[in-house]
Amino acid sequence: MYLYDSYDQAMVDARVEEFRDQARRRLAGELTEDQFKPLRLMNGLYLQLHAYMLRVAVPYGTLSSRKMRMLAHIARKYDRGYGHFTTRQNIQYNWIKLEDAPDILADLATVEMHAIQTSGNCIRNISSDQYAGVAADEITDPRPWAELLRQWSSFHPEFTYLPRKFKICVIASANDRAAMRLHDIGLELVERDGRIGARVFAGGGMGRTPMVAPEIRDFVEEDELVSYLEACLRVYNRYGRRDNKFKARIKILVHELGVDEYRRQVEEEFAHMRQLGIQPPTEELDRIRAYFAPPVYETGLPEEVDRSDPDFALWLDRNVLPHKQPGYAIVNISLKPVGGIPGDASADQIDLMADLAERHSLDQLRVTHAQNIVLPYVKKADLYTIWQQLDAAGLGTANLDRISDMIACPGLDYCSLANARSIPVAQKIARRFAGNGKEEAIGELKLKISGCINACGHHHAGHIGILGVDRKGTENYQLLLGGSGAEDCSLGAITGPGFTEDGVVDAIERATDLYLAQRQEGERFLDTYRRLGMAPFKEAIYG
Amino acid sequence: MVDLLNFREGETIGETPVSIEEFLGASNATAVRIAPGEDARALLPHLDRIALVEVAFPAFGDGRGYSSARILREAGYRGELRASGDVLVDQLFAMRRCGFDSFAPDKALDPAVVEATLSRYADVYQKSVDGRRPIWAKRHEVN
Repeated sequence: MYLYDSYDQAMVDARVEEFRDQARRRLAGELTEDQFKPLRLMNGLYLQLHAYMLRVAVPYGTLSSRKMRMLAHIARKYDRGYGHFTTRQNIQYNWIKLEDAPDILADLATVEMHAIQTSGNCIRNISSDQYAGVAADEITDPRPWAELLRQWSSFHPEFTYLPRKFKICVIASANDRAAMRLHDIGLELVERDGRIGARVFAGGGMGRTPMVAPEIRDFVEEDELVSYLEACLRVYNRYGRRDNKFKARIKILVHELGVDEYRRQVEEEFAHMRQLGIQPPTEELDRIRAYFAPPVYETGLPEEVDRSDPDFALWLDRNVLPHKQPGYAIVNISLKPVGGIPGDASADQIDLMADLAERHSLDQLRVTHAQNIVLPYVKKADLYTIWQQLDAAGLGTANLDRISDMIACPGLDYCSLANARSIPVAQKIARRFAGNGKEEAIGELKLKISGCINACGHHHAGHIGILGVDRKGTENYQLLLGGSGAEDCSLGAITGPGFTEDGVVDAIERATDLYLAQRQEGERFLDTYRRLGMAPFKEAIYG
Repeated sequence: MVDLLNFREGETIGETPVSIEEFLGASNATAVRIAPGEDARALLPHLDRIALVEVAFPAFGDGRGYSSARILREAGYRGELRASGDVLVDQLFAMRRCGFDSFAPDKALDPAVVEATLSRYADVYQKSVDGRRPIWAKRHEVN
């Protein structure tokens, strides 16, 4: 993985000192909360319902054991002993004191980590495919590009006060595991005439006006991508709406201008930008690429795994995926135990995952946008011992991409924006479907829950989505069907009137019962829904 | 209005800037003011007769002025480029990088904090219009 050189280290060290000074001025009353807000936000610090929340960047979701252990240390020393992995492959802590925040950033900097631009109206953490580097279907490892863009976007002088936040995703596979087209800019690396470049999508997003990003360019050369993105961002910075924060994302600009006009303006700006010499030389991407060179794999490893322990065999079938290298496997560690809080991990669990990665996964881990952890380089021969240790620590849940492996935002239990609680609904659904055995029968079903219209829980992209709303002072849950954040990207449609907390669990059971009764060979819930349409589901749900 | 913060060699321009509309009319003014929604490129044909461009920041969170500044410098404008209004000390570093060389903040800035802020980052990741060599150029010794 990427290692900082002295330049990168100096940048994060300077940032720590800068924030220490800003926090000091705030605590001394020299800065008002209004003036301090954009500064703390650019360091990932939010003021929430009960305390400050700190969001730490995990660039493109890649971690070493050492970094992972630091996350456990912060949970233990400065929080209440746990952290919450997010849909942007980051981690956040919900019980932070402002006066501790500079020390936390200093601790992070010792392991080449930071909280830079994890919030605020700037370019956020670059996300990517959690299986980058080990997926058989990728054309190249997208992470060197993501790292190039991390550096380009860090402290960008022109794009620090954008109309709204800006999320970029880079993938390199036709199979989209990162919801690429639901980003402000999505980049799919593709090959053309023997060269790799980027297919660019712009104006996707969720929130109150969800949109699937249209393609704005079919190919940008590797040595022009930074110039092209500067053009995209400049047009947005100049013309994105600033009169209404709910219409300020780039998706609204692209929609209001029309994709052709936005594309035309970007091309005009790009023609100018490419003259300015702002593009790093190809040697820079090559330099970064060297850090992501494939490891030296052992050969001649056994392929057979002893499946005699049925619980292990189930976990193997659910959570372990094929690796591009013979003898190896990709392990998904579910952070979705039945009845737990999706994405949460205790400091001890984080340490255990770090230990397992060090011993069995070439010292590497990944965070997924579905709020799970991946061990990307596991020898098949090590799977049983890994599973035993995970299982003993409450990390052995065998539910990858099943109904209980859901994405859920923190909701009204933590978040100052939320209208409704997400966590209790998630827990009830998991208990219901684990208890009645239907989870197993249903198979792949991506369920996503947001506690408000901002859609942090990706409800628009769920095969089944749940949106919590406030209806006359009562929490109410709308149900959506048919969304997808994958390569078959689509937005879910609302079934009809909302439900109570228990009512929405019943409604999901009726919808999945219909699926079980109607599915054809090989169909997932999503496929059956697409074939049958909303009407029969609506009838089953509302009767 | 508090004192101007000046990073230019020599004095700041004393002339009161006129609006773009006035400037593009029959005016012989040499100082012009750009509001957030206005197009800095409208000035590009006239850069040789402009001594001061003042970019207004009615609210610090409105970042359009950063693009206006960089566009002018990219086009070769060498006169005074002033940020005025809700300009806070924590914005100065990015503003300097976008080509601003004088500041008219609504509220006075602490000179010690200004100095600390502007000297904090030894290097930068991007090439902009302030002449600083980005980190990637230093890594590869290219210009």
